[in-house]
Amino acid sequence: MNWLTAQRIIKSGFVNFWRSGFVSLASVLVMTTTLLVIAGLIFTNTFLNTTLNQIKEKVDINVYFLPDAPTPDIFALRSALETLPEVLTVEYVTRDQAELAFREKFKDDETKIQALDLLDDNPFGGRFNIRAQDPSQYEGIATFLESNSAIAQNDTVIIESVTYAETKIVIDRLSHIIDTIEILGLIVSAIFLVMSVLITFNTIRLAIYISREEISVMQLVGASNSYVRGPFVVSGIMYGFVAGILTLVILYPLTYWLGPKSARLFIDVNVFNYYVSNFGEIFLIIMVSGIALGSVSSYLAVRRYLKV
Amino acid sequence: MLYFDKVSKKYADDSVAIEDISFSIEPKEFVSIVGHSGAGKTTLLKMILAEEKPSEGEVFFESLNIHKLGRDEMNKFRQRVGTVFQDFRLLPNKTVYENIAFAMEVSGRSEEDIESDVPHVLELVDLGDKMWNFPGELSGGERQRVAIARAIVNQPDIIIADEPTGNLDPINTYEIVQIFKKINDLGTTVILTTHNKGVIDSLKQRVITMDRGRIIRDDPQGKYIL
Repeated sequence: MNWLTAQRIIKSGFVNFWRSGFVSLASVLVMTTTLLVIAGLIFTNTFLNTTLNQIKEKVDINVYFLPDAPTPDIFALRSALETLPEVLTVEYVTRDQAELAFREKFKDDETKIQALDLLDDNPFGGRFNIRAQDPSQYEGIATFLESNSAIAQNDTVIIESVTYAETKIVIDRLSHIIDTIEILGLIVSAIFLVMSVLITFNTIRLAIYISREEISVMQLVGASNSYVRGPFVVSGIMYGFVAGILTLVILYPLTYWLGPKSARLFIDVNVFNYYVSNFGEIFLIIMVSGIALGSVSSYLAVRRYLKV
Repeated sequence: MLYFDKVSKKYADDSVAIEDISFSIEPKEFVSIVGHSGAGKTTLLKMILAEEKPSEGEVFFESLNIHKLGRDEMNKFRQRVGTVFQDFRLLPNKTVYENIAFAMEVSGRSEEDIESDVPHVLELVDLGDKMWNFPGELSGGERQRVAIARAIVNQPDIIIADEPTGNLDPINTYEIVQIFKKINDLGTTVILTTHNKGVIDSLKQRVITMDRGRIIRDDPQGKYIL
């Protein structure tokens, strides 16, 4: 195909898009709905993942040390824990920090503060707050901690307790919920996506069905398949482009309105802030989806009527 | 120029559209094909345009076996054939100018050629003032003249007209026939199907008469006899 032919195809596609008025409008509106569904899926998946990650981050297991546990032994245990692939972070809260935290927490409860003051020594032991890469990995970390080598550094017992047993039920339930939500999210997203794509494809197919006589006339005057198909594909790209722009414009007030609501529904995630701060990425996804959907649908729909 | 060699066309339900037809058409001939509805006239024309494939036999255009042409060869062949139909078959979203220019564009003609030839050919069919109208804004006769202009703009070797006057009043019919005669006088082969007795009798050219898929008469200077 030479440049002149390409120019003619592009021009014809633009002219057809403009002159087909109502058909183009209907196709653009249907495609806009599809792109809004795609944008909705992007937002939902992102917020779901963010929320799940935030919940995951709130889960940890705590290792409480005996008040007289030697600091070198505690550091040795931390080093050992940090070598485990399941461990994401190990936060060490010293005895002094634990005391300070207690005083801060109960600063309005004089009885408790006075009781603490009566003691000669700091009664608190140090503590590890351990976070795993994934909630399902806490069991492995707990097993490691309960093993003799971890508890008895240099034959000295340093660990008073591990909270894993208490939080196990919560962690198990959370892991199950997260897995289920992820699978369900994937299935629902796939169903919505397929439905939207099929509706768009059928709309464009209908738009091209109206032009089936034109296609046969074009062929009868000797137009090649690419010359017949080209303008329809260009029109399809135009449907996608205009629908993409329309979707992005609609999303602005829509996300602005939904912003405070989403911040309440998901943990501190404002859909408007997310849209604005990730506009480049969303723009790319929406525009590429629209243009790909329009061009591929048109290409396949015209093929049906191209017979030599 | 055009040769049908023992051509038959049968459909899946065993109905026969054309049965064992052989004839040839020479360059610059004006051939009318007549017959009742269902006689096989349109099927015959569709075979020339390769819209239909024969069940048996072969159709040749010069040395080309039409139904064995590849895609690109077929496009080139169709650019050498001008077609005019009863229902005009214009592109509704294109103006008169664009409809004619389209036929030139697919032949790879330059913009300069298009800008000079389209107005010229529209003057020939007396539609110079309707250049920027859409087909929907024209009368039946005007649309048919646009279709003829589109058919002749690439100076084809042959023009095939399937019932071109079927939707027209007598005055428009007369004008359209005169245009075809003029095109033929200039050296283009014309194949015309029609039901119109007056048209056939006024032409005084070769007439092929068909009935139930067969050629029953082939008269060099025939009349409408059915």
